Amino acid sequence: MREIAITVNGDRRELEVEPRELLVYVLRERLGLTGTNVACDTTSCGACTVLLDGESVKSCTLLAVQADGREVTTIEGLAENGHLHPVQQAFHEQHGLQCGYCTPGMVMAAVSLLGENANPSESEIREALEGNLCRCTGYVNIVKAVRHAAAV
Amino acid sequence: MAVTEHETGIGASAPRKEDARLLQGQGSYVDNLTLPGMHWMALVRSPHARARIKNVDLSKAKAAEGVVAAFSGADLEDGWAGPLPMAWPVTDDINNPPHLPVATTEARYVGDAVAVVVAETRALAKDAAELVEVDYEPLPAVVDIEAALADGAPLVHEEFGTNRCYTWPLKGGEDVDELFKGADVTVEERYRQQRLIPNPMEPRGVLAQPVTATGEITLYSSTQIPHIARVTLALATGVPESKLRVVAPDVGGGFGSKLQVYPEEALGIALAAKLGLPVKWIEERSENALATHHGRDMIQEISLAATKEGKITAVRVRLTVSMGAYLMIITPGTPLLGAWVYGGAYDIKGYEFECSGVFTNQTPTDAYRGAGRPEATYAIERAVDALARKLEMDPVELRRKNFITEFPNTIASGLEIDSGDYNAALDRALEILDYDAVRREQAERRERGDAKQLGVGFSTYVEMCGLAPSRILGVLKYAAGGWEAATIRCLPTGTVQVLTGTTPHGQSHDTTFAQVVADRLGVDYDDVEVLHGDTSIVPLGMDTYGSRSLAIGMAALCNASDKIVAKSKKIAAHSLEVAEDDLEYDGGTFRVRGTDRTMTVKESAFAAWHAHDLPDGLEPTLEETAVYDPSNFSWPAGTHIAVVEVDTETGAADLVRYVAVDDVGTVINPQIVDGQVQGGIAQGVAQALWEEAVYDDSGNLLTGSLVNYLMPSAAELPDFEVDRTTTESPNHPLGAKGVGETGTIASTPAVINAVLDALGPLGVTDIAMPATPERVWRAIEEARS
Amino acid sequence: MIPAKFDYEVAGSVDQAVELLGSTDGAKLLAGGHSLLPLMKLRFAQPKLLVDIGRLSDLSYVREDGDRIAIGALTRHHDVANDKLLAKANPLVAATAAGIGDPQVRHVGTIGGSVAHGDPAADMPAVLVALEAELVARGPKGERTIAAGDFFTGFLETTLDAEEVLTEIRVPKAEGVYVKFHRRSQDWATVGVAVARSNGSAHVALTNMGQTPVRAEAVEAALASGANVADAAEKAAEGTSPPSDTAASAEFRQHLARVLTRRALEQALN
Repeated sequence: MREIAITVNGDRRELEVEPRELLVYVLRERLGLTGTNVACDTTSCGACTVLLDGESVKSCTLLAVQADGREVTTIEGLAENGHLHPVQQAFHEQHGLQCGYCTPGMVMAAVSLLGENANPSESEIREALEGNLCRCTGYVNIVKAVRHAAAV
Repeated sequence: MAVTEHETGIGASAPRKEDARLLQGQGSYVDNLTLPGMHWMALVRSPHARARIKNVDLSKAKAAEGVVAAFSGADLEDGWAGPLPMAWPVTDDINNPPHLPVATTEARYVGDAVAVVVAETRALAKDAAELVEVDYEPLPAVVDIEAALADGAPLVHEEFGTNRCYTWPLKGGEDVDELFKGADVTVEERYRQQRLIPNPMEPRGVLAQPVTATGEITLYSSTQIPHIARVTLALATGVPESKLRVVAPDVGGGFGSKLQVYPEEALGIALAAKLGLPVKWIEERSENALATHHGRDMIQEISLAATKEGKITAVRVRLTVSMGAYLMIITPGTPLLGAWVYGGAYDIKGYEFECSGVFTNQTPTDAYRGAGRPEATYAIERAVDALARKLEMDPVELRRKNFITEFPNTIASGLEIDSGDYNAALDRALEILDYDAVRREQAERRERGDAKQLGVGFSTYVEMCGLAPSRILGVLKYAAGGWEAATIRCLPTGTVQVLTGTTPHGQSHDTTFAQVVADRLGVDYDDVEVLHGDTSIVPLGMDTYGSRSLAIGMAALCNASDKIVAKSKKIAAHSLEVAEDDLEYDGGTFRVRGTDRTMTVKESAFAAWHAHDLPDGLEPTLEETAVYDPSNFSWPAGTHIAVVEVDTETGAADLVRYVAVDDVGTVINPQIVDGQVQGGIAQGVAQALWEEAVYDDSGNLLTGSLVNYLMPSAAELPDFEVDRTTTESPNHPLGAKGVGETGTIASTPAVINAVLDALGPLGVTDIAMPATPERVWRAIEEARS
Repeated sequence: MIPAKFDYEVAGSVDQAVELLGSTDGAKLLAGGHSLLPLMKLRFAQPKLLVDIGRLSDLSYVREDGDRIAIGALTRHHDVANDKLLAKANPLVAATAAGIGDPQVRHVGTIGGSVAHGDPAADMPAVLVALEAELVARGPKGERTIAAGDFFTGFLETTLDAEEVLTEIRVPKAEGVYVKFHRRSQDWATVGVAVARSNGSAHVALTNMGQTPVRAEAVEAALASGANVADAAEKAAEGTSPPSDTAASAEFRQHLARVLTRRALEQALN
């Protein structure tokens, strides 16, 4: 077991973990942040996307010990004072989610994209979401939502 | 997000009620649920497609850290009250093998469960499962549909002496042999519907919670069918139905793959009861590829008879379908859900259909989005294009010449299409596309001999939604009914609970059902709460599949709302001291004709609750239930057009435009309907271009992860241009038809027809799905040589 | 989805990493982990000890080094892709990094990790071979420099010893083109073709056409002897032995190699 400290959604969390524990399971099962989902086992689907020091990463492919001393933002940390983050709001308004399972990862990937490129074109959005799979929407409204959020 | 400022009535794009929790990471998916004392189950699965199980040594697993129990199939065999359910014995002589949750003597596909362990944590259960030592004697396996029917083929179930499961025929209209004899032109086509893996984003999961003192069990399952699961799992596990509660919490997509009753659900119940512990199992993606049912997988032979002018007179179809290794809940019936619609949207005289089910040593097949109708649409739409090629006619012109134009219309297969206007959808789609401009560009590229050629493909489909009239299901030997139930409960404070027996997994029931109730009863959209997916809260239901929630569930809801209005009217008449006939009703308010004296449904709910002054004989409280059994299917239809760019050097086919014009009847929420269509299109396009469950000759799945099972991302797909035409269904209280599967049903042939259209001048007339770059390249090479 | 148990040590320096690698049989380096962890999650790889070098921030850099550009082995794909110096001095490396995996992978995966993994389907190895890059490794016996063309020895195999750490990648200032053919944007290359141009000659290397990145020597020789691009590209598959898998057969890969080499050369030489 190793002692680590991760700042999660602004709170410093200290815990003991086995080296083999993946960040996503530490978030979900140790810290109770079940918003981040797991949908594959091959780093393909992006459902588990969180921000690590502000950039999108797949939390299924990071050991929790690798996040020691770093800042993690999950879907639970986006809304502020009861107000949805502009990307969340845009997903709501543009119907960018159906079953909702890919949504937290998709939203986090979009937040990361807009952090790097404030005004992406439709094709830039599509390319930037290449690592996030959705089975419900056909992506049309997801892309629309990201464009909308960028315009806010 | 608390107060809705948007329009919310029928026909408005009301913002979704589901979103607030899902967007903030507060969904209740099974893996998000934790119970005190919860233990984890892990399954040991056969690495062989067929093997005798000689011995299962659990000793090392049992001794491993954190393990509380481990069982082989033989250990559990006597504890089952019945086999896993198979609810659709399509013929009297069907071969239906016994199917227990854990195999006892023989494993019959890679992924077949052979042992199970229960441990304190997810990781320890996984570690222990690796320590189970199974002594297998590998046996020859069969993984090809036609090889399975060959003489001397290895038998999946030796007791039957054959791999044939059943043969089911259907005939209708005029004599098909005569029509073929008299035809000027015939086409005979053979297509392969590749095996697909449904892959909802949320893999399956199970959490079973026992109350040992009473024998009650609650099963949380990522399922589309909590009600059907309750009935069938009671039969399989022996837990009395009255003591079994099944809950489908938030479910992260299903697409038919969770229209199933799975070994892990039965195991969860059985082991929770046996061990007196809450037991949880969460499927991993690579496990899902093996252990969750697959879809499609059939050989289709279709022939058309036609006149030289292009009038199709008869359709003859023969299907040979892989069942996989066992019959799951509707495995045999799934291909038959398309049996009536291989004639497509076309006015034909004679129809002949035959389907044979075949066992193979593979994951069982069952319903996958569209179930039967995508296959049918693919076959007829491709065959119509083949006929157009033969007659050198434009595929649009040929379709127009054959459209059914009069409704209702009893089609040759015997069912009645309720309503439609197929030319209207085609006209609108051509207009959006600018057909002439696309053909011009295509001609220019051909002229120049560009490496990248353009193709345009059509699919003018009709499908049947809304499973199903119970009497028809009875005739077809399906074990259950097709009705649906709804309850409306007007609470004394003015808010309303809606209970629906349908169970959403992304389709937005919370929103659309609330829209209709708010509209009809004059209550605020925000004041309507829709409950579903819990057999203790909603005891009556037949669940969600086959685009039935709107077509059947919403009809039940409308009937319940009529009952509420009727009772409310009695209370209003009594309070306002007038006869019921003196009241007019509009949007939740009763008004005494010609006066300003009114009473609302909301007010009547309070009056019904305190019950101080109700009409004689009227029961207190305002709550009504309706159970609706449809009189017919509903028949969405439309035109989908794909434009692809095919790189004739690399074989890469790129979808560049997609136009869809659908007629789904009355639309409750346009934004949600568009979303259903768009998602469906992506799935159908994925079948055409990317997805395939590939097995090697020994029965190993080679595409068992999302690295090699190619679900497309946003980067692979274009925007979809969707629009609608509307003819109302005369059989539905709102005129709605259903929309959950149209996109998937329509899109696959549009894309393949487009690929073939692009390659036509090179002499290519056939391509197998998915149309991979390699297949396209080989088709071109073959046509050249 | 859950790796088997292993021990874990954080290295504070390259020398300490070398020492830790020598301490246990079956020890593996962990940089970004985006090649190794996916294998461990499926239990295809079960190392006894992971030596985490991910915190050696002094191995993350891109800088000019005489006539070459030196890239620290722990520079993330994202940083390689967005580096201003590379954008001018070697846009081929930057553009290749921008196409690896997906944004999430590029935010964590490192150039050194990807190269040291030795996957013939990875993009950067062929590009480095075409560029005649040099790879710097440190081990118990000190530092050595290895030509990219000698570095890759087999499927997931390199010349690195079990106790050696790849520390730096040196590329020339050059231009070039990398053409990647894949079914989906996030997928590994079915086939990739790297063309690097320097001093008027073109070097060509292929991704996923064998157990290692393959230098297309026949193409280069044809070009050198004055053949036109189309004729030279026809020789792209000579001497290759590509895999057959669900993405493509060996035969189709050889066809693709010819087409893509022609296209890459046309693009690079225009």
